[in-house]
Amino acid sequence: MNKKKKLNGNSVLGTLAALIILCVVLTICSDKFLTYSNLMSVLKQTTFTALLACGMLLCLITAGIDLSVGANATFCACVMGMMVKANITNPVVLLVVALAVGTLIGLVNGLLLTRLHLPHPFVSTLGMKNFLWGASLLVTGSQMISGFPKGVTWLGSATVGGFPVSFIVLIVIYIIMHILLTRTALGRSIYCAGGNMEATRLSGINSANVLTFCYVVSGFMAALAGIVSVGRSGICNGANAIQPYDTDAIASCVIGGASFMGGKGTMAGTLIGALVIAVLRNGFTLMAIDSSIQNMVLGLVIIGAVLLDVTRESLAAKARRKEAAAKA
Amino acid sequence: MEQVQTTCSILHNRCNGEKGELSMSEYIVELRNARKCFPGVVALDKMQLAVKPGEILGLIGENGAGKSTLIKVLTGVHQPDEGEIYVNGERKVFRNPNESAAAGIACVYQELNIEKLLSITDNIFINKWIKGKNGLLDYKAMHKKAKEVMASLGQDVDPEKPAGSFGMGVQQMIEIAKAVLIDAKMIIMDEPTSSLGEKEVAQLMKTCRELRDRGIGIVFVSHKLEELFELCDRVTVIRDGQYIDTRDIADWTNDSLISAMVGRTLDNLFPKEFGKKGDVALKVEGLEEGGVLFGVDFEAYNGQILGFAGLVGAGRTETMRAIFGADPIDGGKIFVHGKEVHIRNPRQAIKEGIAFLTEDRKGQGLVLAQTIRTNLILANMKGFQTGLFLNEKKIEEKGQENINSLRIKTPSIDEIVGQLSGGNQQKVVIGKWVNTNADIFIFDEPTRGIDVGAKIEVYNVMNRLVKEGKCVIMVSSEMPEILGMSDRVVVMRGGKVMATVDRGSKHFNQESLMKAAWGGTLDE
Repeated sequence: MNKKKKLNGNSVLGTLAALIILCVVLTICSDKFLTYSNLMSVLKQTTFTALLACGMLLCLITAGIDLSVGANATFCACVMGMMVKANITNPVVLLVVALAVGTLIGLVNGLLLTRLHLPHPFVSTLGMKNFLWGASLLVTGSQMISGFPKGVTWLGSATVGGFPVSFIVLIVIYIIMHILLTRTALGRSIYCAGGNMEATRLSGINSANVLTFCYVVSGFMAALAGIVSVGRSGICNGANAIQPYDTDAIASCVIGGASFMGGKGTMAGTLIGALVIAVLRNGFTLMAIDSSIQNMVLGLVIIGAVLLDVTRESLAAKARRKEAAAKA
Repeated sequence: MEQVQTTCSILHNRCNGEKGELSMSEYIVELRNARKCFPGVVALDKMQLAVKPGEILGLIGENGAGKSTLIKVLTGVHQPDEGEIYVNGERKVFRNPNESAAAGIACVYQELNIEKLLSITDNIFINKWIKGKNGLLDYKAMHKKAKEVMASLGQDVDPEKPAGSFGMGVQQMIEIAKAVLIDAKMIIMDEPTSSLGEKEVAQLMKTCRELRDRGIGIVFVSHKLEELFELCDRVTVIRDGQYIDTRDIADWTNDSLISAMVGRTLDNLFPKEFGKKGDVALKVEGLEEGGVLFGVDFEAYNGQILGFAGLVGAGRTETMRAIFGADPIDGGKIFVHGKEVHIRNPRQAIKEGIAFLTEDRKGQGLVLAQTIRTNLILANMKGFQTGLFLNEKKIEEKGQENINSLRIKTPSIDEIVGQLSGGNQQKVVIGKWVNTNADIFIFDEPTRGIDVGAKIEVYNVMNRLVKEGKCVIMVSSEMPEILGMSDRVVVMRGGKVMATVDRGSKHFNQESLMKAAWGGTLDE
């Protein structure tokens, strides 16, 4: 147990060190970085990515992926926009509908995988992403919509002494998910179903439901992210559905120690990963770096993170071999 | 032409060796004092192996004795931590399989490396294509050469056809053809007969002898003693990663080979103990599954081991899967402790107190990438919960108890299961089911692919279960195991029960059971 904890701890600490170094560099490069208002805007940016990353992590642990999270978030925002345009302005109704729609889309993703047995969620969620992109433009008539009621924008815009409420909510969600993953039978089943679905099923666990659960959570978190985005910008824009939000979410998870092979990843690491992405994007903006360069660098960061994961794995294997040789 | 030259030089060396002038070259390949460690285990220690040109050397050892590692060290897949490899007396270091192949060492692995959709030619010439003057692949030349090589191995086949359209015997010959084509001096065959029929085995042996006569050294790995006696010139025995002995085949006997292999004499391969026969634990009536099971009836008692014998495909595994709810059934009744139950999925089966150890340990029994700790609680997570949360302390205690009582060899409870040997993996699966508090245990081929020592430990677990009054059902294709451990035997054929034989009956012997398995009827 100790050994395992130490290994996990190390990888989280490593990510944390990378984050701190990044912050130090940006503090030196830009005098605006280390200001309270800028840091708060980093946290706001983090919230959106981290919410998407939360559901993404569950899918990655099961050796799956959900490429529709970004489009799902946009679509949920657009559904609210459509309702606002139709003069439905009760915030409770808007929020409930958005969460229900996002969750339902997650459920469809899950059922496509577990009941219709589509080969890999890569394909089905990629299809879902394109579907939702079109649907977002359709429901908004390809227009940006503003004029959301306060109750809807509150989550994404409210602050307590300048500190974003949305980030506090995020932390609460992450703590709950952390406990779910590490302390409950369901959490353990998620890791196992990802590792060997048939063995898990024959052990009396309903693997199909466990996998579906992960995609449902992913959809719910996407809807929440959509609500946060509406609060931050005050508008919804269907064209955002093809922004690289999914990539940012995947990058957060992988930087935080998740693996495409499944079975690995922690909430704490993912949160730090999301912070790294947000800080990077913020730094680019502060230094007025062109957005095309931003995307190129972020692409390289993802490749670097996967490379790191592979290297980490082989180093760990080597260390184990050495340890074994020393013991024998 | 080259072939002939190589053979001549080999013969030349051999002569010299016999005269004692060039003692280094007596062996075509020699491994000295090799050591190789993996996490938690020393796979090889002071290992040696020496192969003469033009001989067939048998290599035998229990599962986990280090045969695979030994082969992988020779083929450059693994690099030894210590030790040297000599080829024709010259020291070699193999950093990868290509360097080993370049030195003339080839291996036909048990799991063949055949691309089934590609042609025989493509399979043979992978990585060593013949190119024409224009730089493109010269298929005409390759097909011709492929046909020749296959013909020299006794296979008259069309090399343009996909490899997958031929049987295992031909596919194996394709692997051997690859070795011949790189002019291999030594060919390792890792359990080559395990997936072959009788006729194919005969052909393989013939080919081996011909290769030997060409001066090639062959290492023949097998579990079947009679094959070694029929084919080999010498036999090397290894055990627990260490070299034990090499003798000419005439100096070995069945018994001496076995005792060298297991390190002790096996007085009692089957330590059968008897429980007290109790009530009917499981009763199955007219179990039907479309096209697979046709009205299966049997009863299993508490305190007994009920063996299930039959040929592969007789419907034994299907019966067990149907009872366990792994596959849907089309008809029939199942009674647990006299009460009819309707099991639709494994979850319900476990609730009824049924445990099912599947024949496919890696595919269906374990989550290999997870820890022992996690795998041990997989079938009964509820039992390890306090309120909403898993009770790690309870898991740790129970896990340590499992490790001790089942004698799982592992550095820690947090070891990844995929790192364990087959026998230890099987014990983890058993632990998983013991932890469910089941009272009907279905063991499907529980000792397949594990070594003799681990087998005995598995039998002892079964003994313990029946002594506790539990019901054990054991599906096995090993007749001695069925006879050694069962209190009663059900023989199946074609999805039906052919016979039920008590231990005391005159039919409780291999002949009668085989007769029933082949469709014969047993008189009363």
